Amino acid sequence: MIDEKILRTEEKIIFALRALYSEHGYKPVRLSKFEEYELYAHNKDFIGDDRIITFNDSNGKLMALKPDVTLSIVKNGKDIPGHKQKVSYNENIYRTTGREGRFSEIMQAGLECIGDIDSEDILQVISLAAQTLELISEDFVLEISHLGILSALLGEISEDESFLKKAAEYIRAKNVHDMEKLCREHEIPEEQAKRLITFTGICGDLDTVMGQLEPICTTEATAKALAEFEDVGLRIRELGYGERIMCDFSIVNNMKYYNGIVFRGFLKGIYEGVLSGGQYDNLLKKMGRKSGAIGFALYLDRLEDII
Amino acid sequence: MINIALPKGRLGDKVYDKFKAAGYSCETMEEKNRKLIFTDEEKGVKYFWVKPSDVSIYVERGAADIGVAGKDILLENEPDIYELLDLNIGKCRMCVASVKGFEDTGKRTLKVATKFTNVARKYYSSLGRDIDIIKLNGSIELAPILGLSDVIVDLVETGTTLKENNLEVLETIVPISARLIVNKASFKFKKKEITRIVESLKEQVE
Repeated sequence: MIDEKILRTEEKIIFALRALYSEHGYKPVRLSKFEEYELYAHNKDFIGDDRIITFNDSNGKLMALKPDVTLSIVKNGKDIPGHKQKVSYNENIYRTTGREGRFSEIMQAGLECIGDIDSEDILQVISLAAQTLELISEDFVLEISHLGILSALLGEISEDESFLKKAAEYIRAKNVHDMEKLCREHEIPEEQAKRLITFTGICGDLDTVMGQLEPICTTEATAKALAEFEDVGLRIRELGYGERIMCDFSIVNNMKYYNGIVFRGFLKGIYEGVLSGGQYDNLLKKMGRKSGAIGFALYLDRLEDII
Repeated sequence: MINIALPKGRLGDKVYDKFKAAGYSCETMEEKNRKLIFTDEEKGVKYFWVKPSDVSIYVERGAADIGVAGKDILLENEPDIYELLDLNIGKCRMCVASVKGFEDTGKRTLKVATKFTNVARKYYSSLGRDIDIIKLNGSIELAPILGLSDVIVDLVETGTTLKENNLEVLETIVPISARLIVNKASFKFKKKEITRIVESLKEQVE
């Protein structure tokens, strides 16, 4: 046996997470550091960063140092009715970061649940996200949102790309004053504008946000998404994390790929989010698969300040 | 304790007055001294002055929980923060200006001198106009006069400097004012205190 004393804190975390995920049926996978560049060229927005580190292989084929794990896992899976693929990983990913364009190697740990997923799986993944954070520090906050509500709200208002992009940006920044201005500039009908403005900045515990959301989610699509959110919210409450799991509708992942429940985790003492995840059925649809999927990743490199 | 980054200079003084009126004064701030950080234990606030263009960096990286920055800085740096309030002070406009009578024929690359390279690049790319950006750090108005650039992208408050130098505004890109910004993680862990400050400031704005 290895003497635990020789392990660094981050290594202990990685092993503890692997044990946690295995216990819940997530099999560890190992992936190559390289992928064909083409995979990312088709899904640039999913990576959210077009500066992928590329090189040519010995046959001249354009390759990429893997900037993301999810795409590699999704690419290799098959749709089998009634089947779920549950995998966990800890892998390095490679990106060009910051204004200076520094090459960075980023250590990620996470899991994906792909297939015929149901609300049980969604709940399990959220619960594992909370346990992941708790394992590192008890001072954590996991915030949860449902993209279906926002996408239904926006869908009723406009299809104008520049409007949607700005609206998403203001939701992300909880920026009510600029959202008001944007609605005025685009002459959005008063009732719809009011809903969108009210939606901007909504956060708090489940009862608070439900009280604010119910009056603005009156259409069929928004009400359906809200009901889905409430169902998950009520069951999360039973997990007993209290104020450490909150609702916050300023989480806006790219809606071309993400739908449904999305979430983000923070640890006290770290200035940015350390965990990010959600449901990404739209990505699978885009890749020609029929399954649903949910997963998350923990950015281990961001933990340096507290471990 | 809430850390607050204020922009050095005239705007910063006005901003501090708003915080003071909202009930967050700090006596040592008003004394003449060479301190860098000013703490008021009782009110639970810690102020410091930083270069205006750096405020968003302090806040994004969590060295400050709260900061006040011009919208120009936020558009230029695009920090990942919450923008909770328009303080309605420090008002001006981000404009395209040039020497009187200048007309962009579109026949050649447009030379643009500016401090705000990101804003200028985005604006012209939205118009589909090919430009050559000349990054300057001050005295931007000189550039078109000396023929260094065709136009400038800069802040215009009253327009007096432009007028006195035979320049004019061609286009307003976006109106600017001072905004209250908050670090995302701070907002999770110090929500009560931050919300209280934001709400008190709101009363000073409206």
